[in-house]
Amino acid sequence: MSIRERLSGNEASAIAMKQINPDVVAAFPITPSTEIPQYFSTFVSNGQVDTEFIAVESEHSAMSSCIGAEAAGARAMTATSSNGLSYMWEMLYIASGSRLPIVLSLVNRAVSGPLNIHNDHSDAMGVRDAGWIMLFSENNQEAYDNLIMAHQIAENSNVMLPLMVCQDGFITSHSIENIELIEDDKVKEFVGTYKPEHYLLNPNEQIAVGPMDLQAYLFEHKYQQAEAMRNAKKVILDVADKFEKMTGRKYGFFEEYKLDDAEIAIVCMNSTAGTTKAVVDDLRAKGIKAGLLKLRVYRPFPVEEISKALSHLKAVAILDKTDSVNAAGGPLFEDVTSALYTQNVHIPAVNYVYGIGGRDTTTKDISKVFEDLQAIVADNSKIDNPYRYLGVRI
Amino acid sequence: MKDLIEIRWHGRGGQGAKTASLLLADAAFNTGKYIQGFPEYGPERMGAPITAYNRISNNPIVIHSNIYEPDYVVVVDDTLLETVDVTSGLKNSGAIIINTLKDEDYLKSVLKGYTGGIYTIDARKISLEALGKYFPNTPMLAAIVKVANIMDDQDFLNDMEGSFKHKFAKKPEVIDGNMKAIEMALHNIKKIQ
Repeated sequence: MSIRERLSGNEASAIAMKQINPDVVAAFPITPSTEIPQYFSTFVSNGQVDTEFIAVESEHSAMSSCIGAEAAGARAMTATSSNGLSYMWEMLYIASGSRLPIVLSLVNRAVSGPLNIHNDHSDAMGVRDAGWIMLFSENNQEAYDNLIMAHQIAENSNVMLPLMVCQDGFITSHSIENIELIEDDKVKEFVGTYKPEHYLLNPNEQIAVGPMDLQAYLFEHKYQQAEAMRNAKKVILDVADKFEKMTGRKYGFFEEYKLDDAEIAIVCMNSTAGTTKAVVDDLRAKGIKAGLLKLRVYRPFPVEEISKALSHLKAVAILDKTDSVNAAGGPLFEDVTSALYTQNVHIPAVNYVYGIGGRDTTTKDISKVFEDLQAIVADNSKIDNPYRYLGVRI
Repeated sequence: MKDLIEIRWHGRGGQGAKTASLLLADAAFNTGKYIQGFPEYGPERMGAPITAYNRISNNPIVIHSNIYEPDYVVVVDDTLLETVDVTSGLKNSGAIIINTLKDEDYLKSVLKGYTGGIYTIDARKISLEALGKYFPNTPMLAAIVKVANIMDDQDFLNDMEGSFKHKFAKKPEVIDGNMKAIEMALHNIKKIQ
């Protein structure tokens, strides 16, 4: 029997970490993720975990400590947001390039400047090519579930890549909502013990981590890293199957909500997907065939699967909670349209940059996107400008 | 209770409006409901206007946005009535509950012709009498539970006793006072419209 609870997204993430009981947690506080290490340090003080908690002086050191711990053979976790992730940037590449399966809970917040503490995805999107597996979460439940699945994915011998679990700052991190928790013993069994193949504290095998790697081998090592990211696709689905057997909750690369017979649909990530579901229900009640594709796995990007799932649509809108400031379109839009092109799927697609710096995204905003899609279908798929904004005063 | 109730709280930083919204979420959760309780975070400081929200439903709640057309509004501090548009979007089928001693004419004038329910409660008097200190959030929590008919009085009292024992585990001396504040509040709500 699962445990019925009410928790904020941050509380849920801290409890997942408590149940995982990693060897090392190194963190530096930053809004809105501060509560995660705060709650976790209480668990440490109360003896509810036997984790070595390192209260470092910066996020650069938080990630460096996790790298050191993982290289030594330990299981390490951290949490951060926004500029905290930016400050880790250099070390994120070292973590993935050194094939260290660190797990990070990222509570998404706008990257400065100007200074803003609220939610958008500019922090996560700034590190999308850093070689980390990236999972997104609609609500507290998914933030919790994704963390429970994280180590089984990251530590798989065919993967060995770091992984971040994203959720929306304040919107889900600070909202109390219902959640189903898994019993401690079941989580412990599911997550298992980390047994790295190669590690620094192994007296029987002397290795180096992160040495000079020049023309002779770096390319091959980078290719192996890319292969690992491709391998992660199967592992993510295998772990999801195992998780479904334990909890009954089903996860894939994405959730298709009333998508199979939809004519128009939205693609988005995190909490906006929930608001979109409410709008889809309203439109369906009026006989409008609207749907949603909520992306969970952003890295690796499920090119074939997403293209297939969208192929029957008469029009699709891809929502980006960040602006690439590139005069071309947001990152999710570029990934989805590139996938569609390479898979030979030709459907009208538009991009909306929305919710920047915590701008509230309401059912009315989402309804407006569906109205625009209906207009595109009615106008023979004519699209004047695919790079659009939602909810900004121009 | 109707299927989805949406509530907006107006208070000032330090008065406990956020805590009250979380306690309300807790109480409704304990009766088996699906709940959301969340504040609108800004540059928090003591005395600044703050807003908090609740959704309470019999079904899972998927919407993640602020509430613009609430069924109920709770005003924890009546000095906000002239500076914040507290009835903005408030449904006429719903009600507003205000912690105030102001008279009916004044309230009707600042509520700009709102035609739904208007309730008042003297949370200051209740709090000072029950707790010896001014913490308006507990009486206001009781008032919204009663006016919105979220649960039966006795269920609510039982549930709050459990919540307070948990919340005030390190300060058990304040549990009785808070329980007294709730009981007094349940019996001292005035309907003026």
